[in-house]
Amino acid sequence: MDFTLNEEQLMFAETARTLFADSCTPDHWRRMMEAGTARDDARWASIVETGLTLVLLPESAGGIGLTETDFALITQEAGYVALPEPLVESAGVAAPMLAALAPDHVVLSDPLATIAIAHPANPYIANADSAAAILLERDGEAYLATPDQVTLTAQASIDPFRRLFSIEWNVENATPLGKADWDLALDRAALFNAAMGLGLAQRAVDLAVDYAKERQQFGKPIGSYQAVKHHLASAQVAIEFAKPVVAAAAAEIGHRDVQSRARISHAKLVALEAADKAARTSIQVHGAMGYSWEVDVHLFLKRALALTQTWGTPAYHRARIAARLFTQPMGPDQTFARESDNA
Amino acid sequence: MDLTYTPQQQAFREEVRAWLEAHVPAQPLEHYDATREGFEAHRAWEKTLQSGDWGMVTWPKEYGGRGLDLIQWLIFEEEYARAGAPGRVGQNGIFLLGPTLIEFGSHEQKQRFLPPMASGEEIWAQAWSEPQAGSDLAGVRATCAADGDDYILNGHKIWSSRAVFADWAFGLFRTPGTERHKGMSLIFFPLTAPGVTVNPIRKINGHVGFAEIFLEDVRVPAFNRLGDEGQGWHICMATAGFERGLMLRSPARYQVAAAKLADLWQTRRETADPMLEADVIRAHMNAEAYALSIYQTASRLMAGARIGPEASTNKIFWSEMDIHLHQTALSILGTEAELIPPPGGHDWLDDYIFSLAGPIYAGSNEIQRNIIAERMLGLPR
Ligand SMILES: Cc1cc2nc3c(=O)[nH]c(=O)nc-3n(C[C@H](O)[C@H](O)[C@H](O)COP(=O)(O)OP(=O)(O)OC[C@H]3O[C@@H](n4cnc5c(N)ncnc54)[C@H](O)[C@@H]3O)c2cc1C
Repeated sequence: MDFTLNEEQLMFAETARTLFADSCTPDHWRRMMEAGTARDDARWASIVETGLTLVLLPESAGGIGLTETDFALITQEAGYVALPEPLVESAGVAAPMLAALAPDHVVLSDPLATIAIAHPANPYIANADSAAAILLERDGEAYLATPDQVTLTAQASIDPFRRLFSIEWNVENATPLGKADWDLALDRAALFNAAMGLGLAQRAVDLAVDYAKERQQFGKPIGSYQAVKHHLASAQVAIEFAKPVVAAAAAEIGHRDVQSRARISHAKLVALEAADKAARTSIQVHGAMGYSWEVDVHLFLKRALALTQTWGTPAYHRARIAARLFTQPMGPDQTFARESDNA
Repeated sequence: MDLTYTPQQQAFREEVRAWLEAHVPAQPLEHYDATREGFEAHRAWEKTLQSGDWGMVTWPKEYGGRGLDLIQWLIFEEEYARAGAPGRVGQNGIFLLGPTLIEFGSHEQKQRFLPPMASGEEIWAQAWSEPQAGSDLAGVRATCAADGDDYILNGHKIWSSRAVFADWAFGLFRTPGTERHKGMSLIFFPLTAPGVTVNPIRKINGHVGFAEIFLEDVRVPAFNRLGDEGQGWHICMATAGFERGLMLRSPARYQVAAAKLADLWQTRRETADPMLEADVIRAHMNAEAYALSIYQTASRLMAGARIGPEASTNKIFWSEMDIHLHQTALSILGTEAELIPPPGGHDWLDDYIFSLAGPIYAGSNEIQRNIIAERMLGLPR
């Protein structure tokens, strides 16, 4: 039993943090929003160059074959900057799925390409227009198509960096890839979005803390008032108790049992609740500033709002936790238990 | 990262389980706060426990422990809670003072005080709070005046849990003439020493669970001082770290309660408010999150870290989840919630009443939020 990260993992996360901090600043968001784009090619190139998109790909598909724990640490950092590009969906979910089905596929050989995924859990596909290919599902089988082989209809999202599309497509126009593991795709997406939620949450708190130290009312920084302190402390508590759940979910995802699914669902619920709580708190602490377009907090609120419902609604995830709670032995010796041991 | 138990850890769990199955009393003991008999029955249990060397497994062997690590301690706690073994009557001694003594005490002090603490022969109370010094503990007024190799203690302590029947207390005193955080010392005194008067105070459940203590010229040897004179505040903050952060509330008790709550829900879901299922699930999630967090903390401490501000986030989390869990149970019981004894054998009601103390003791949750805001987030005082 050892619940600590190793040096390498911490270093990789640090690399991602530095990269994002430099390349994904509020100025970058602003320019992208004005231009109406959701992808910054230069930033994506540096993400690719750093190897962040290769983490989960097996070496046979040109990847570096690390684990979900490593990738979750990266997506947490991506959350901290509300990264616009589809790192989670493409590099965390779709590319590994494609690599499992067709490790030599040509799309995988273009490092800059992103892959979108039309998962049955989601009515809309994120960032499908800029993808080199879209993974599609019919009767459990996977298909691959390019955006021009399908009909995409844009559907605006409140998150300016989530470009959503509904899709119509024809089996004849898509390449069949065989039976695919859609459950694993959902588990990964839920996990990485949970990790992203941790980053969103912490940034929202940090923005509010910075503001509360500067902004003066009644002759003192507002951060010296206890009501403000307690709001922020409560948000931080929510973050602190989502973190270990996300970490355990990442470590256990490979078990593919009722416990690992419940853990992922738990992680997604509490991490995005923390993000929502932190973002709303941050807006309140900023006062009217927080309600203005000019201040960045609303980006975190909107991303949290979107991610809360996508890749399984809260009700869906609660049901997966209930499935464990009401069918498996419970109690203090069961924290790390496995379905196979209890069978 | 490896979230599986080693074969040795598994074997340890089996060993604890087997011993507890053979020794845990079949009938629950009377509550230790209710009567002297209840208290003594718990003391006898502590003695039995220590006869198997289970009194305090993390302490060094030479002081009555087993020298085990924190993961083994968590496993022990899990089995202990799972077995429904009696509450630890010496908890303020074994969980708070013990680790502090191990950190700050001299070899002679450890030899003198730890073994009888582990065996329940000497049961300890914590005597820090005063009528005028609650949250603001640095306002303590009780004094320790040096007199040769002795101290003369004077003052008025209050809310001291289990002091009514306990043997010893560890108190916070100050050198006369000192102010606030400076000049404080942590000093042990027998609750039966001449000059000590203990008056029981009833809790809202009717039990004499705490007491006020008057000290009038109580003489104790300087040997009873932990650490240096004037180091008391520093030592108390270390103790508070154990209290809030790790030792006092190990996760297992909440996981047992969450599992019982799930059973309660399943037996009553036909008639109970369907909205409550989400709360039952939430209670389980909270207990698991707390357990995972403590495993993470334990791993970090074993890798050489020290307990930090997570003591404050933990304290808020366990106290709030405890209330939520028990409120949910009472909601499921519905019109039967108020009955004494409660239906179904488990005392949800008394546990609920007890949970309401959680946000007050061990440093109120308001104070913990101040600490998080100022020390973790860096907001101005
Ligand atoms: C069941 C129980 C067992 C206990 N056992 C022990 C024991 O064994 N030994 C012992 O020494 N003590 C014990 N205590 C006492 C406990 O430590 C104190 O109750 C606690 O420190 C709070 O102090 P107080 O009761 O004087 O409340 P006060 O300090 O008077 O606080 C009253 C209210 O004001 C709030 N408040 C105070 N200051 C601030 C501030 N700066 N900012 C915001 N809010 C503030 C508090 O949060 C609280 O809500 C126990 C208490 C309980 C309930």
